Amino acid sequence: MKIGAPRELAKGEARVALTPDSAQFIQKLGHACLIESGAGEAAGFDDDAYRNAGVTVVDGAEALWSEAEVVIKVREPSEAEAERLREGQTLISFFWPAQNEELLEKCRAKGATVVAMDMVPRISRAQKMDALSSMANIAGYRAVIEAGNHFGRFFTGQVTAAGKVPPAKVLVIGAGVAGLAAIGTATSLGAVVRAFDVRPEVAEQIESMGAEFLFLDFDESQDGAESGGYAAPSSPEFREKQLECFREQAPEIDIVITTALIPGRPAPKLWLEDMVKAMKPGSVIIDLAAEKGGNCDLTVADERVVSDNGVVVVGYTDFPSRMATQSSLLYATNLRHMLTDLTPEKDGAIVHDMEDDVIRGATVTHAGEITFPPPPPKVKAIAAAKPKPKEKAPTPEEKKAAELATFKAQTKRQVTLLGVGGALMLLLGQIAPASFMQHFIVFVLACFVGFQVIWNVSHSLHTPLMAVTNAISGIIILGAILQIGSGSAVVVILAAISVLIATINIVGGFLVTRRMLAMFQKS
Amino acid sequence: MLGQGFVSAAAIAASVLFILSLGGLSNQEKAKRAVWYGIVGMAVAVFFTAFGPGIGAYWLMIPMILIGSAIGWVVAKRVAMTEMPQLVAALHSFVGLAAVFVAWSADLERMRVAAAKAAGASMEGFSAFAALVATKAPDELTFLQIEVVFAIFIGAVTFTGSVVAFGKLAGKVDGKPRQLPGGHKLNAGAAALSLLLAILYLNGAGFWTLLVLAALSFFIGWHLIMGIGGADMPVVVSMLNSYSGWAAAAIGFTLSNDLLIVTGALVGSSGAILSYIMCKAMNRNFVSVILGGFGGSKGPAAEIEGEQVAIDAAGVASSLNNADSVIIVPGYGMAVAQAQNAVSELVRKLRAAGKEVRFAIHPVAGRLPGHMNVLLAEARVPYDIVMEMDEINDDFPSTDVAIVIGSNDIVNPAAQEDPNSPIAGMPVLEVWKSRVVFVCKRGQGTGYSGIENPLFFKENTRMLYGDARESIDSLLSHID
Repeated sequence: MKIGAPRELAKGEARVALTPDSAQFIQKLGHACLIESGAGEAAGFDDDAYRNAGVTVVDGAEALWSEAEVVIKVREPSEAEAERLREGQTLISFFWPAQNEELLEKCRAKGATVVAMDMVPRISRAQKMDALSSMANIAGYRAVIEAGNHFGRFFTGQVTAAGKVPPAKVLVIGAGVAGLAAIGTATSLGAVVRAFDVRPEVAEQIESMGAEFLFLDFDESQDGAESGGYAAPSSPEFREKQLECFREQAPEIDIVITTALIPGRPAPKLWLEDMVKAMKPGSVIIDLAAEKGGNCDLTVADERVVSDNGVVVVGYTDFPSRMATQSSLLYATNLRHMLTDLTPEKDGAIVHDMEDDVIRGATVTHAGEITFPPPPPKVKAIAAAKPKPKEKAPTPEEKKAAELATFKAQTKRQVTLLGVGGALMLLLGQIAPASFMQHFIVFVLACFVGFQVIWNVSHSLHTPLMAVTNAISGIIILGAILQIGSGSAVVVILAAISVLIATINIVGGFLVTRRMLAMFQKS
Repeated sequence: MLGQGFVSAAAIAASVLFILSLGGLSNQEKAKRAVWYGIVGMAVAVFFTAFGPGIGAYWLMIPMILIGSAIGWVVAKRVAMTEMPQLVAALHSFVGLAAVFVAWSADLERMRVAAAKAAGASMEGFSAFAALVATKAPDELTFLQIEVVFAIFIGAVTFTGSVVAFGKLAGKVDGKPRQLPGGHKLNAGAAALSLLLAILYLNGAGFWTLLVLAALSFFIGWHLIMGIGGADMPVVVSMLNSYSGWAAAAIGFTLSNDLLIVTGALVGSSGAILSYIMCKAMNRNFVSVILGGFGGSKGPAAEIEGEQVAIDAAGVASSLNNADSVIIVPGYGMAVAQAQNAVSELVRKLRAAGKEVRFAIHPVAGRLPGHMNVLLAEARVPYDIVMEMDEINDDFPSTDVAIVIGSNDIVNPAAQEDPNSPIAGMPVLEVWKSRVVFVCKRGQGTGYSGIENPLFFKENTRMLYGDARESIDSLLSHID
C-alpha cells in the first residue's frame, strides 16, 4: 500500500504525520511511503531527509491525495481535503468525530475509511498508539516552559551573594498525562509543586513525580476506573469544597497550570476571577483546557491576557505544535504502531479487523457506514481501585506483651519436649541393653550436631548439600564390607551388590558436588 | 591387617571430617575446601574398615569398588545440571537398597551364628560381623532384630520412593499425583501389616517375614510418592534424603558401628531440616505435603479483574534499556526450557550497561532445594548477585523492572491479599511492587497448584508468551 502524508493546512500547524524515522519502520511493514514536498519543513525535516529514508517526495497536495491509498495526517481534514477522499481510501488522523458530524458524514459519503487517532481506546495494549497521551505529555512539558517564559523569577530557590531567591510555587490542577508531565517538568526545574485531582487513586502517581497531593477530605470520591481512566463531573458539594481549597492556595501560588477536562463536555471552571485577583502580580496561569473554554474565568483561547492585577493568563491551544519536531516524532510513532496493527502479516496489505477492540474503537467510518460511537471495549481500562484498610500499629506495651507471650509459649514447648523426650529415654533405658544405649547416646548427639551444623548452610548451597549428604550416606558401604567376608554365599552376593551401589553413591556424590561448587563464582 | 584400635581412630577422624564437611557449606568459598574433608573422611573410613580385623573376600570387594567408582565417575561427569534433581533421587535409592540388603544379610548372619552355636561349633573363623554377633547376649540379639526391622522398612521405603521420585523428575513417570483406589488407606493397611510381620518375626517366624516386610515397604514407598505432585518434589527429595540417612543410622545400630550411626544421623537431620525449610516456604505442614493435596480453601477465591496484557520482546527490551535496577525471578520453567544460559547472557549485557541486576530465589523454586542457584552458577552467573527471598523482598518497591521466568505460585500476590486462597500465608516474592513486571510464560495457564495468579492481571504486569529460552534469546538482540 502507498501511505502518504500531505502538508498540514491548518493555520499555525507545524507538525507532520510522517517522519524519516517512522517511514523506515512503515516500509518494513511492506508499505511504500509518500510525502508532499515541504510537509516536514516546519517540523525540521527537509525533503532530502525523507528521500534518504526511501520516501517518495510528491509535488503538490493534489498528486499526493490521488496517489496515496492511505493518507496519514495530524489535524482533521479540511472541507477541501475531505472532497479529495475517494472510495476505498483510508484516512488516519485526529478527527474529533463528536464535534465534526458534518465532516464525518462527508467522509462516509465519499466511501472512505477513517481511523480517528483521538478515538483509540485507553487500554494497556493500545498505549503505544495513544496519540492523545503523547500530545498531552508534550503540552504538559511545554506549559511549564511557557510559564517560565512569562514568569519573572527563577523556578528553583537559590541563595546567592546577591540575595536569597525563594522557589516558585506551582499548582497543577488535573493529574492526567499532561498534568503529570507538568509536575515532572516543574519539579525538575526546582519548583515546589502541589497538585490536585478529583480521582484520589492518582495521589500515588502525583507523589511519585515529586509533588504534594492536595488531599480533599470528602466521602464521595471518584473512581476513575469507571469512566475509562478519565475524570467525570463532580457533585456541587464536592466542587464547593474544591474551590475553597484553591481559594486558600491562590495567594501563595506563583504559577497555576490547569489541565482539567471531562470527555465530551466544556472544561469545568475551577480557577475563578476572585482567585486570580488573590494572586500576586507577575504570577502566571497556563490554561491547557483553553480549547474547551478554559478552566480559568479569564482565559481567552489562543491568547495571552494580563489581568488588572498583573496576572498573566495564557490560553494557547497549540502547545504540541510549538514543539513540532518532538511532537511529530511521537505522533508519527503512534501512527506507525496503528499501521502495524492494521498490517498484521507485515506484507503491505491492510486488514481492517473490526473485531479488534483498538481498531474498532478508532474507526469512525468504514465500508460506507458511520461506525461512531463504538461499542464499549471488551476490557476495562484500569482495574478498579480498592479501598486500603489501614493497619493499626501496635503500641509498645502490646508489642512487649506479645513478645513475652511468644517467649513463654516457646519455653513451655521446649520444656514439654525435653520432658517427654527424657521420659522416653528413661523408658528405653529400662528395657534396652547397655550396649544399645551407648550407641543411642552417639546417635542423639550426632543428630544435635547435625541440626546445629545444617542450620548454618547457605540456602544457595542446598543442592550441593544434598549431593554431599548423598555421598556420605554411602557410608553404608562399611556395613557391606563388614559382611562380605561371610561364609554364606547369599550374604556375600548381597554384600557385594551393596558395595557396588554404595561406591557409585560415594564417588558420584562427591564428584558431582565438586563439579557444582566449582561453578559458583563471584563477580 | 590393622588392629581394632586403628579402625576406631579412623572412625573418629572420619566423623569429625564429615561434620567439618557439612559445616563448610555455610559459604561458597569454604565449601570448595569442605568437600575435600568429606572425600578424605570417606577414604579413611573405607580404607581402615576394609583392612580392619576379620574382613575377607578382597577378590570380590576390590573389583566391586573399582566398578562402582567407574560408574559413579561417569555418571557425575555426564549429568547435566538441569538433571541434578533426578540424579540426587537416584542416588538416594541406592542407599535405600543397600540398607535393605545389609539388613537382610545381618539377619542371615544372625541365624547362621545361632545355628553354629546350637551345634556347639567353634566361634572361630567368622567374618567381622558374624564374630560380633557371636558375642551378643540374647537381649542384645532381640534389639538387633528390632534394628533390622527398622533398617529394612526405612531402606525399602527410601528405595522405591526415590525410584518414583527419579521417574517423576526425569519425566519418565507422569508428574501428576496418582494413587490407587483406596488412597492412603492402602498405605495405612500396608503399614499395619508390616507391623504385624515385624511382631511375627520377633517371635521367631522365619526369614520370609523380612522378605514380605520389604515387599510391603516397597509398596508404601512407591504408592506414597506416586501420590505427590511434581512441584512438591523439593520436599519429597529432601525427605528421602533424610530417610536415606536414618536408614544408614539404623544399619549402624544393627552392626554396632558408631561411624555409621553418626553419619546417618548427620544426613538424616540435614534432610529433615531441608524438608522443614521447604514446607515453611510453602506455608504447609509436612504431613499435608506428604499425604498430598492442598488444604481446602475457606471460601470463594477473590475475583480477578483486568486482563493479561501481552508484550513483545522489543517492548521488554526497551524497558530494560531504560531501567537502572532489574530483579529476575527464575522458576522451574527456566530449567525446563534450559534458558539459564540465555538468562546469563542477558544479565551480562545488562550489567555491562551499568545496570544493577539481581536474582531473587524463592526457597521452593525448582524441583530441588537450591536448584536455581546451581543452574545459575552453571551458566556463570556470579553467586553474589543471587539473593534469597528474605534478602531481596524489601527491594522490589525500588526496582524498575522485575522479570519472572517460569515461576508462578511463588510470585502469587493472592498469598498475601486473598485470605481465601489455598496458598494464603505462603511467603512469596513481592514482584508486583516493582515498577514493571514482565512474566515469561508458555501460555495463559494456571500454575502447578491450579490457582489463578492475580499478578498476571495487574496493571504493571506485561506477559511475554512463548518458550522461555526463545523469548530471552529474542530479547537479547534488542538490548543495546
